[in-house]
Amino acid sequence: MAGSGKAHMRPDGDTVLTVEDLTVEFKLGKDKIVKAVSGVSFDLVRGETLAVVGESGCGKSTLGKAILQLPKPNSGSVNFLSTELTTLGKKELRDMRPAMQMIFQDPVSSLDPRLPVSEVLAEPLRVWKRGNQVEIDAKIDELLNAVNLDPKVVRDRRSYEFSGGQCQRISIARALALDPTMIICDEPVSALDVSVQAQILNLLQDMKDRYGLTLMFISHDLAVVKAVSTRVMVMYLGKVCEVAPPDELYQNTKHHYTRALVASVPIPDPERPISSGFIQGEPPSPMNPPSGCRFRTRCPAASEKCAAEEPQLREVAVGHFVACHHPIEE
Amino acid sequence: MSSLLKIDGMSVTFATPRGNLRAVNDVTIELLQGESLGVVGESGSGKTVLSRATMGLLPGTATRTGTITYNGKVISELPKDEVRELWGTGMAMIFQDPMTALNPVRRIGSQLTESLTVRLGMDKKAAKLKAIELLKRVRIPDPESMLRKFPYQLSGGMRQRIMIAIAVSCEPELLFADEPTTALDVTVQAQVLDLITELRKESNMAMILVTHDLGVVAGHTDKIAVMYAGDVVEYAPTRQLFSNMKMPYTEALLKSIPRLETPTGSRLPVIEGRLPDPTKNEPGCPFANRCPYVQDKCRAEKPPLKDAGNNHFYRCWFPIGGEK
Repeated sequence: MAGSGKAHMRPDGDTVLTVEDLTVEFKLGKDKIVKAVSGVSFDLVRGETLAVVGESGCGKSTLGKAILQLPKPNSGSVNFLSTELTTLGKKELRDMRPAMQMIFQDPVSSLDPRLPVSEVLAEPLRVWKRGNQVEIDAKIDELLNAVNLDPKVVRDRRSYEFSGGQCQRISIARALALDPTMIICDEPVSALDVSVQAQILNLLQDMKDRYGLTLMFISHDLAVVKAVSTRVMVMYLGKVCEVAPPDELYQNTKHHYTRALVASVPIPDPERPISSGFIQGEPPSPMNPPSGCRFRTRCPAASEKCAAEEPQLREVAVGHFVACHHPIEE
Repeated sequence: MSSLLKIDGMSVTFATPRGNLRAVNDVTIELLQGESLGVVGESGSGKTVLSRATMGLLPGTATRTGTITYNGKVISELPKDEVRELWGTGMAMIFQDPMTALNPVRRIGSQLTESLTVRLGMDKKAAKLKAIELLKRVRIPDPESMLRKFPYQLSGGMRQRIMIAIAVSCEPELLFADEPTTALDVTVQAQVLDLITELRKESNMAMILVTHDLGVVAGHTDKIAVMYAGDVVEYAPTRQLFSNMKMPYTEALLKSIPRLETPTGSRLPVIEGRLPDPTKNEPGCPFANRCPYVQDKCRAEKPPLKDAGNNHFYRCWFPIGGEK
């Protein structure tokens, strides 16, 4: 798999974001081009949580950043709230930014160590002139309460005084400050302990319900994704492999790569050791991806057709799309 | 099988501006030859300090008490340079972060042959051949060209394989693996764990696997020590631990792991609250404030390590399933 196509798009839905044929390439020296994201299309319907899953280097973080035009993609379209972002000028793009926010992977380094928490949260409010000092102070207290931090205790502290989980709560509060429509969460719990992971995942769910958010949740861990997402998109080497609701994806896996990801999740049960047997090795270089289906070099079902022809996304069950010439049969 | 490592009543404290920080409290653990032990706990539970203290890799601000017996010899009182003699050939360590543990300005070949020439006294040519063989053992394709590469040219999974190759190069009897897969993708994590298990079986190497993830230790260890706030709170053979868990903390840790079976949109069980301040010595069970089964006795008196039979020990007044 790892193919192209738009069969999974929902043009009739109440879409917040529509991404079509997005391509991001980085130039490395003279003739070297890293093809990070190659012709990815998807959409986000209001109120849903789309999880984007894949290994390091599959382009999932680049995809998230390209949506925010950080940097602008090489080609393709990003339509956010009926505005085409790729052609906007600097000023117009800036005006769109409050509605689309991001939460980063490393909660400690994404906060300024010199600023007290109250300043971290006040800064966006002041830049966007959201009220006077009294209103801003009230908003800061509301945000901190929302993420279960006691404003009286934390307001004047700096990021180095907090644990990773608390820093991630502050990052979430900061992302919420300007009442965004959409938040892109880039591996928000990967750097946290399992016990803290669950707290942050629950908090994200609560915030989504409370503020009516639409989320894009980038992760390499299918088990984490299962609890929070309404739709999962599996990526490999800059292409989309499979798109489905989480229950359908795990119970009726069609893509060989998705199956390998599912099998690799460690299960806390000594009777069920994890299996690395489905795929071996690591992804090939994105500078020189394989022809046809990009997964074919590690795929147990690869045939000549896979080298010659790139598979397109097609619907195999209601809401379940796969880009593979030889999907897994029951 | 004979005893390889015995840690008896080990405590580690660090001198800090806020007072003495107790990182490890009176831990007793025994490991047989070829056996694997998982040490599990949250950040700050003392699991990394335990493994570093055993190897003698503590900073100057730390004080260690208790005895460590390695292959029948007490090593805790040995001077530093004699402990050093054990590194590589006796005990070796794989560190958590493969990005920073390798020297960025030296080629893989020179980092890999260093311990071979220094420890085993090989000449350059023999060391190079051995290095190639080691790279093959950790399944690195085209090992000869790998020797000339720098760490930045490799992926995280490849770097961790190099770290493993360096750690096993002098065929240690005991391998410490400190969160060896935390920085890696799940698919690569599965491969690296399988690789470590295979290497262990080939040479009957014992292992202490330190991790925060019960899912990682479940399939790869013979027994498990669960740590909380510097104490070993539950210590049992792996199957016994999962089938007959006694500690509420172990149960909470297990429940908080996201699983594929988790219904979509459901709330995950969490462990509320935080670890107690390690510089304060408060009475009672350190887990009392976060425990769902807490009773008055737990806040007043710290529970001792109790024996549940079948080599299963726990530290709780009101264990799950009662006293036996």
